[in-house]
Amino acid sequence: MKLLSTKATCNSHGQDSSYFLGWQEYEKNPYDEVLNPEGIIQMGLAENQLSFDLLESWLDRNPNVAGFKSNDGKSIFRELALFQDYHGLPSFKKALVDFMAEIRGNKVTFDPNHIVLTAGSTPANETLMFCLAEKGEAFLLPTPYYPGFDRDLKWRTGVEIVPIQCTSSNNFQITEPALQLAYQEAKKRNLRVKGVLVTNPSNPLGTTMSRSELNLLIDFIKDKNIHLISDEIYSGTVYSSPGFVSVMEILKERNDLEDCHAPVWDRVHVVYSLSKDLGLPGFRVGAIYSQNDVVVEAATKMSSFGLVSSQTQYLLSAMLGDKKFTKSYISENQKRLKRRQRMFVSGLQKAGIGCLKTNNAGLFCWVDMSHLLHSNTFEAEMELWKKILYEVRLNISPGSSCHCAEPGWFRMCFANMSEDTLNLAMKRLKAFAAAEFNGSSCSKKVTLQLGFPAIVS
Amino acid sequence: MGFGGNSQQLLSKIATNDKHGENSPYFDGWKAYDRNPFHPKNNPQGVIQMGLAENQLCFDLIEEWIRNNPKASICTPEGVHQFRNIANFQDYHGLQKFRNAMANFMSKVRGGRVRFDPDRILMSGGATGANELIMFCLADPGDAFMIPTPFYPGFVRDLCWRTGVKLIPVHSDSSNNFKITREALEEAYKKAKEDNINVKGLLITNPSNPLGTTLDKDTLKSLVSFINEKNIHLVCDEIYAATVFSSPNYVSVAEVIQEVEHCKRDLIHIIYSLSKDMGFPGFRVGIVYSFNDEVVNCGRKMSSFGLVCSQTQHMLASMLSDENFVTTFIEENSRRLKKRHDKFMKGLEEVNITRFPSNAGLFCWMNLKSLLKEPTFEDELKLWRVIIHEVKLNVSPGSSFNCSEPGWFRVCFANMDDETVDVALNRIRAFVGRETKKPVGIKRWQQNLRLNFSSRIFDETTVIMSPHSPIPTSPLVRAT
Repeated sequence: MKLLSTKATCNSHGQDSSYFLGWQEYEKNPYDEVLNPEGIIQMGLAENQLSFDLLESWLDRNPNVAGFKSNDGKSIFRELALFQDYHGLPSFKKALVDFMAEIRGNKVTFDPNHIVLTAGSTPANETLMFCLAEKGEAFLLPTPYYPGFDRDLKWRTGVEIVPIQCTSSNNFQITEPALQLAYQEAKKRNLRVKGVLVTNPSNPLGTTMSRSELNLLIDFIKDKNIHLISDEIYSGTVYSSPGFVSVMEILKERNDLEDCHAPVWDRVHVVYSLSKDLGLPGFRVGAIYSQNDVVVEAATKMSSFGLVSSQTQYLLSAMLGDKKFTKSYISENQKRLKRRQRMFVSGLQKAGIGCLKTNNAGLFCWVDMSHLLHSNTFEAEMELWKKILYEVRLNISPGSSCHCAEPGWFRMCFANMSEDTLNLAMKRLKAFAAAEFNGSSCSKKVTLQLGFPAIVS
Repeated sequence: MGFGGNSQQLLSKIATNDKHGENSPYFDGWKAYDRNPFHPKNNPQGVIQMGLAENQLCFDLIEEWIRNNPKASICTPEGVHQFRNIANFQDYHGLQKFRNAMANFMSKVRGGRVRFDPDRILMSGGATGANELIMFCLADPGDAFMIPTPFYPGFVRDLCWRTGVKLIPVHSDSSNNFKITREALEEAYKKAKEDNINVKGLLITNPSNPLGTTLDKDTLKSLVSFINEKNIHLVCDEIYAATVFSSPNYVSVAEVIQEVEHCKRDLIHIIYSLSKDMGFPGFRVGIVYSFNDEVVNCGRKMSSFGLVCSQTQHMLASMLSDENFVTTFIEENSRRLKKRHDKFMKGLEEVNITRFPSNAGLFCWMNLKSLLKEPTFEDELKLWRVIIHEVKLNVSPGSSFNCSEPGWFRVCFANMDDETVDVALNRIRAFVGRETKKPVGIKRWQQNLRLNFSSRIFDETTVIMSPHSPIPTSPLVRAT
């Protein structure tokens, strides 16, 4: 009899993928301006480190919240320490839905009674899977998609992912034929499709979904009588046009959704988190928003397995409840992201490298290095990725780890380092790209740190 | 939200079944409390919450420490220079200093008799998340875990709901002091095998909830040798480890494995949390400690689904490595629990309510068999409803703990102040006093008591009242 569960011994946690391997290599040899200037620069982690000073100065102005005290200076440590109600702190939920509305230009509002708090978006996504699907069933996801979904959506739930293949021919937008093809593919694999999950703005593309894509999705789920999950974790990182359009806005606009047998409103669910917009992944703040009462009820009970710490709920209810602060934070954060992205894209251009021209959101660019591949294959992509990791010493994410249908694309993060570090990364990349694409007659053998020889010709 | 029958298929079975266990009586009492909660000034006739195993006795010690250590918070001027590092930290290994401090604390709680390896410490969303996580690591859907009764009702949700694992109760009863015997284990195991159920392990809670007792070394050793022999896992939920307030001393399974010959350490796992020992369930600090490397590896990845907030890790790293504080806290916590326990027991003794002798936990296992008309679970639930709605105490009936004999109730006493304890004891004394004064063979509470109760006063400031002398100035009378 095997000792451990199948889940413990299989690898559908997805952590054997290159996404995580690069991370490991970085851990062994991390760049540090002073201590390790030749080390690997981490460009594989979608973190927002650009606006901490704004949060820190807010804390400075609000000492009571820091010290477990209410506005009138009274200690509320005891109450917070005991608070484990899975319905969440009402003041926090209110502040959170208001923040979410504000990010959407107040074009939609959210009801705090329909929000479920979870310890990050990782459990939010898993919980929705537990509520909406089971073994033998599948969700359709457009490629490329966040590698962590393989773990979050499939691992412990037994649910499958079937890809909706998107291509560079139309900037990786979702098309109707692609949706239908994916649906048929699931059928062939004997999987019952329960829904579609999209990330909007997209990770790894760094683009917002267009209105037509969103309408297409609504048409599709209406027709097939399935769910739509919109992971809007990057909604606050949209820095240029076209602006962010949430699926909730589309639902509001449409007038053909009332007369269905199973209302579409009950089948659309939004996932959110403060890890990217506020740069607080350590605080573990995620949320599920759904109009479906049964889902909210079940998900609320399930949130017991990963509640948001009461200390954090209290702190953030004060911070997000400060409307003056949130307004200026959202706008300043976006400005800084835009500036940083411009800097990055210009650095890429100098290296003769292009990226998705529709890039207008997120903490990364979807970069096209197909011209640097020896052949149009994923093997060549992995070769290139390894060179960039070990030779150029940049940890970036190869498209194959995001299940991209075409080789040569890479996700590169730019908001998790200082400007100086980014400049250095661009310098290294430029040197590498020039050498790679030199087409010169001499061939050089470069022995890498780990003895992995690369022939540069 | 009209869903037709067909659309129920839109959701998973898990979302629509009731295996979350919240339809059990355990939660009904909670709901009654929520509707009418006791407050000494604002609602003195309300229901007193005695169904929640919380430790509210030592907050002052923790608050004092926090006041004296502003650097431990990343939000204070003294600590804000760490804000961005900590706020950004989501590594599922957890802060090294946090794990070091946890290992240190866990060792101290066990009198330093055992050391814990910080690299084996995994984080989870409270003990709730920890128990579910260990099931996902050890068992497949359809597999089973043996569990001695009576056990914490929440286990049905935590161990089974999303994991698909089954529970096999191993019954014990008062005839041998609820001991977990080798015979009972063998019998349960044999029956499971005959029924073609794949038993993956045994889960125990030590100190026990709801019994409030610690396992003696011999019993622990016999459990370890049982699982060794059958090659199944042993999961020990040690969430109440620091609530031991009198002898015998606490023995953790971590101590015993050092003493059992040829012990297969790969089979042993400990669940821990700070919710009971330190009294902060709101901060969600759950720990899985496994002696099995593969489980540590896999469990660490799974902890992504319920990491401990980095802000909390940072604070606890400081607090739990403060040797003076930890030593003082553990001692004082014990002392106050004992004081509270003794006070409560004395009150029960005065009305001849017996309870299971306990040396740990935040509750007592009360024996109300004498108040049952028939020794049935039906009568137990009837009595329970009277206690909730008439005596206005939310206690937990033994049946919700899967107890195999009726008449037992778990009553929590560490989640209130001294005055409320007095009120609760007065109500109990009044109730029992009435029950025992009635003619033999008739149990008064079996009749419809509503009218009688409304004319009676529960004046909590007076001593036991005669059931036959209502005080006309009772606000209850005026209200009806």
